[in-house]
Amino acid sequence: MDALARVPQLIVYGLVSGSILSLGGIGVSLTYSILGFSNFAHGDMMALGAYFALAALSILSGWGLSNRPLGPLSFGPGLLAALLVAVVLTSGSVVLLDRLLYRRLRHAGRITLMISTVGVALGLRNLIQFIWGPQPHYYTTRIQRAVAVPGLGVRIKPDQLFIVAVAVALAVLLHLFLRYTKTGKAMRATSDNPSLARVSGINTERVIVWTWIIGASLAAVAGVLTGIENKFVMPELGWQMLLSIFAAVILGGIGNPYGAIVGGMIVGISEEVSTAFVSTGYKPAVAFGILILMLLVRPSGILGRRE
Amino acid sequence: MDSFVGVVNYLVFFAITAGIYAVLSLGLNLQWGYTGLFNIGVAGFYALGAYTAALVSGPPPDAWGGRVVGGFELPFLLGVLAAAVVAGLVALLIGLPTLRLRADYLAIATIGIAETIRLVLKNEAWLTNGVWGLQQIPSPLYGLIHRHAMGFLRDRPDLPNWIIQIVSRTYNWFYLLLVSVILFALYTLLKRLAGSPWGRVLKAIREDEDAAAMSGKNVFRFKLQALVLGAMVMGIGGALYAHYVRFISPASFEPLYGTFIVWVMLIIGGTGSNGGAILGAVVVWGIWAATDFITDYLPFTAPQGAALRILVIGVLLEVILVLRPGGLLSPSRRNRRAHPPG
Repeated sequence: MDALARVPQLIVYGLVSGSILSLGGIGVSLTYSILGFSNFAHGDMMALGAYFALAALSILSGWGLSNRPLGPLSFGPGLLAALLVAVVLTSGSVVLLDRLLYRRLRHAGRITLMISTVGVALGLRNLIQFIWGPQPHYYTTRIQRAVAVPGLGVRIKPDQLFIVAVAVALAVLLHLFLRYTKTGKAMRATSDNPSLARVSGINTERVIVWTWIIGASLAAVAGVLTGIENKFVMPELGWQMLLSIFAAVILGGIGNPYGAIVGGMIVGISEEVSTAFVSTGYKPAVAFGILILMLLVRPSGILGRRE
Repeated sequence: MDSFVGVVNYLVFFAITAGIYAVLSLGLNLQWGYTGLFNIGVAGFYALGAYTAALVSGPPPDAWGGRVVGGFELPFLLGVLAAAVVAGLVALLIGLPTLRLRADYLAIATIGIAETIRLVLKNEAWLTNGVWGLQQIPSPLYGLIHRHAMGFLRDRPDLPNWIIQIVSRTYNWFYLLLVSVILFALYTLLKRLAGSPWGRVLKAIREDEDAAAMSGKNVFRFKLQALVLGAMVMGIGGALYAHYVRFISPASFEPLYGTFIVWVMLIIGGTGSNGGAILGAVVVWGIWAATDFITDYLPFTAPQGAALRILVIGVLLEVILVLRPGGLLSPSRRNRRAHPPG
């Protein structure tokens, strides 16, 4: 009974971690549907974003931009500005990586690309460790108290509300982008049928660059949000979430960004609720269990098209 | 003379470790080189083999650490066999739901199983001692060989010091021989399999899955067999490792690093070639060991040095993928795919 009583609160935590998983998952899903391969470096792109924000935060505060808390949040304009810097730098790095590496391997096939992303994953993580060290770093050391949500019997921190709000806002923006902009339409067309898209005059190289920019931007935001939620950043930050992100993407239907949001929420909530019943250490194993179950029952995912 | 002894003893250690990596690389070559199966959970099967061998052949639980089962002190070969069987069974469980789907799904599932295995090793202290790991894993025939070496030295007290130092490490020479015999046996077996009708079907699947299916081959079943057999070979590698280092803990099986270095070995050596798999293991392990010496002389902290070494290996992989996708043994650049025929 005790365990069950904790469930509503755990669902709240699940919504928060699910928001972060969704943002990571959208990028994985877009890369898969438009570039045609699974990007195992996506988690480490998140970590890169989180560390870019860390560096920007300290440089900006040196220039006099304060990080005094905004209202009830534990951080202020400094981190928000650092987040934007991180988005730009992460996108730039990933586009550069595409020019230097992925583009040269595009003709070599999907699996060669996947191998190279494993190398990039390990490379990025160790680059981060080389520069910033293996120890945790903090955006802010302020302790924040959770506030009770009236009527529901659960508590939530203002920072966590911020995380969910950012995720929802970005999901809406992405939807509008894919639905109404020319680039968004070109991306959907390329995802549906790359050869047809190319013969209809869509510049697929441009679409690829946009895919990386969007995926990397969302990854950077997800990385910074993870840093806000955990209160610290470490080089393994993204790798630790990679399995959950892939579980979310497959659950929702790989290649479908909306599916990644649905899957992210389900995986996030399941992982948190599971801690009432099994050891917290098994969170990634819960995600893996969901993934295997889904592969057995419906490999195309909840919102996926059957192949 | 002392530095000479140091070098000899180091070379023996180097060769044993390279031999164990070569076993892993051979296992991966069966899965990826022959069949095109994308397994990025090598470290998981390696760990399973090591823990199984340690539990089957190791001592019963001691007072601390929390383990209550295992430790049957059974013979070495039984432990190795058990390691292969357990690793193979887990591969079967992973292969069943994923091998009918696109390659990505197997890749993701193997990351998942490696991670799950690591979590189980860490959290299920009743079986594994948790983070404390398993200790005092016996090395086969250690007592016998060490006793004889020591007896030999006792009878000849006037030998020069450097001979004494080398003879006192006789056991490592024996273990090197043992690893070499097992490696050679696996190499011969896999080479024969590659040339057999069964092996040719695997290559046909790698080159064109649909064509293989159209010729009436049960693609799923062949892939499953290759996955399971490859994992069994990796399990044997794990058992060899456990009996050599005699102490294993979850930290010995860092998921991505353990997997990644084996991949780099195979790709550098030349995917699809058993000789290349062994050559790659020696070359990459050599680079790995050399960078250890080099980073000692650079003005970096220990974690920085470790990170730099992995970074170097990562960059090396990308360079090979771009410039020589067929590996060092490939004749030319004409084959731009990661796996050349052969």
